[in-house]
Amino acid sequence: MQTVKMVVTGPFNAGKTAFIRSVSEIDVVATERKISSEAEKVKETTTVAMDFGRITVDDDLVLYLFGTPGQKRFDFMWEILSEGMLGFIVMVDSTRPETFREARGILQTFRAYAPTPYVVAANKQDMPDAWDLEDMRVALRLDPKVKFMPCVAQKRDSVKTVLLELLYSILAEMEEGQS
Amino acid sequence: MALKGNLRDFTITQLLNLINMAQKSGLLVIEGPGETAKITFRQGKLAYAQLGQDDGSLASILHTTRKISQSQYQLLRQRTSQMSDKELGLLLINAGYLSQDDILSSLQVHFTEIVRRLFTWVEGFFKFEQDIYPPDGKITVRVDLENLIIEGSRQLREWEQLQEEIPSLDMAMKFTERPGTNLRSVNLSVEEWRVVSYVSPKNSIRMIARAAKMNDLEIRRVIYSLLQAGLVELVRAEGTPVAQPGRQFPTQNKDEQKSLVNKLIGRIRSL
Ligand SMILES: Nc1nc2c(ncn2[C@@H]2O[C@H](COP(=O)(O)OP(=O)(O)OP(=O)(O)O)[C@@H](O)[C@H]2O)c(=O)[nH]1
Ligand SMILES: [Mg+2]
Repeated sequence: MQTVKMVVTGPFNAGKTAFIRSVSEIDVVATERKISSEAEKVKETTTVAMDFGRITVDDDLVLYLFGTPGQKRFDFMWEILSEGMLGFIVMVDSTRPETFREARGILQTFRAYAPTPYVVAANKQDMPDAWDLEDMRVALRLDPKVKFMPCVAQKRDSVKTVLLELLYSILAEMEEGQS
Repeated sequence: MALKGNLRDFTITQLLNLINMAQKSGLLVIEGPGETAKITFRQGKLAYAQLGQDDGSLASILHTTRKISQSQYQLLRQRTSQMSDKELGLLLINAGYLSQDDILSSLQVHFTEIVRRLFTWVEGFFKFEQDIYPPDGKITVRVDLENLIIEGSRQLREWEQLQEEIPSLDMAMKFTERPGTNLRSVNLSVEEWRVVSYVSPKNSIRMIARAAKMNDLEIRRVIYSLLQAGLVELVRAEGTPVAQPGRQFPTQNKDEQKSLVNKLIGRIRSL
């Protein structure tokens, strides 16, 4: 059995678990736990170790999606998770500009240490107070070349689009490398 | 119970707040990164402070706060080395050199500056000892802590934000290749120029900070403004391993890899 993996990362509460859940054929492995700190209590649970989703391609090939834990104190997991990945997706909560800073930090770190293709997803675009993509691109300091697209993590079609864009980038990079 | 712990769990600002609220008197010793600070409080107010190797003498404080010149300072050190600060203070006032206000405000500036420096310490052991005061000959002041506490929490917030933005000092910087950004056309501060001169994938941020004699907060501030201005981007420092020892593909054959990605694309489309 051959396996490949992609990583879904982003700040706390960005929608990483929801994203993986939308396309995984197994229930996302529950490494969630109740949030104790009041400051971060915008929701009941957070991902502590990692999310873990699976998409079977055929008898011989499986794609794993790993979600990084959102809270900063779980930093150490990132490195392990990003080993050998094909590419990664950075989820950003479009409704919470206070997390953009951290998203930039994550992006820079991943880009520097794991030079694989990536895309950035502006999540929660279905919410009324979501920022416009153009504004977010500036706020996130994304280069015009970086693929940046809207996303609604609970909608399978939306997640599919993001995953496909990443795969296209991976393919494009391979072709560049060959020519 | 003795008040002691680590700044990681209890910040300077929280400590000051506690001392202020409980109107505590005594000596707070903080062993920070590379130096130790000793701060004295009286009834919840800042009374005295001394940092690291500084001798903390009145003469040197008057010198660093520019109340006296270098040559005056040398002279005082030769002639009055046996005097206590209080005696020296009286001498300077009686000689009409400085007023009592000059001296007190000088000390206040110096002591609060030391406390401000502590705001950038994120690691370190602290210990508060009740009812311990500086030696008799020292001049103490009474500075309310409220303003320092407010300043401290502002800095803490800034510090947290900068850490989110620049999570690791082990990374390096390189100049962006974005067209239209011209180093000569931007107004950089002296500090920023100093950092700019070290920008290279060979130098980690940590190395630059050391060379430019900046602490973690100061270097992060400068780098943040360079990032904001789009002049530099963070890159992996040369020589540090790429976190990618795992193999990406189960096969090394390029064509098989491509067909694998195409299979993935087909599968995702069909979802
Ligand atoms: N409206 C809307 N809500 C979303 C979307 N994506 C996620 N959410 C909600 O946002 C909250 C956070 O989603 P999670 O998937 O738990 O986020 P996470 O990134 O895994 O969070 P951590 O693991 O704690 O970092 C949940 O309440 C989701 O239901 C979206 O696209 N639109
Ligand atoms: Mg999660």
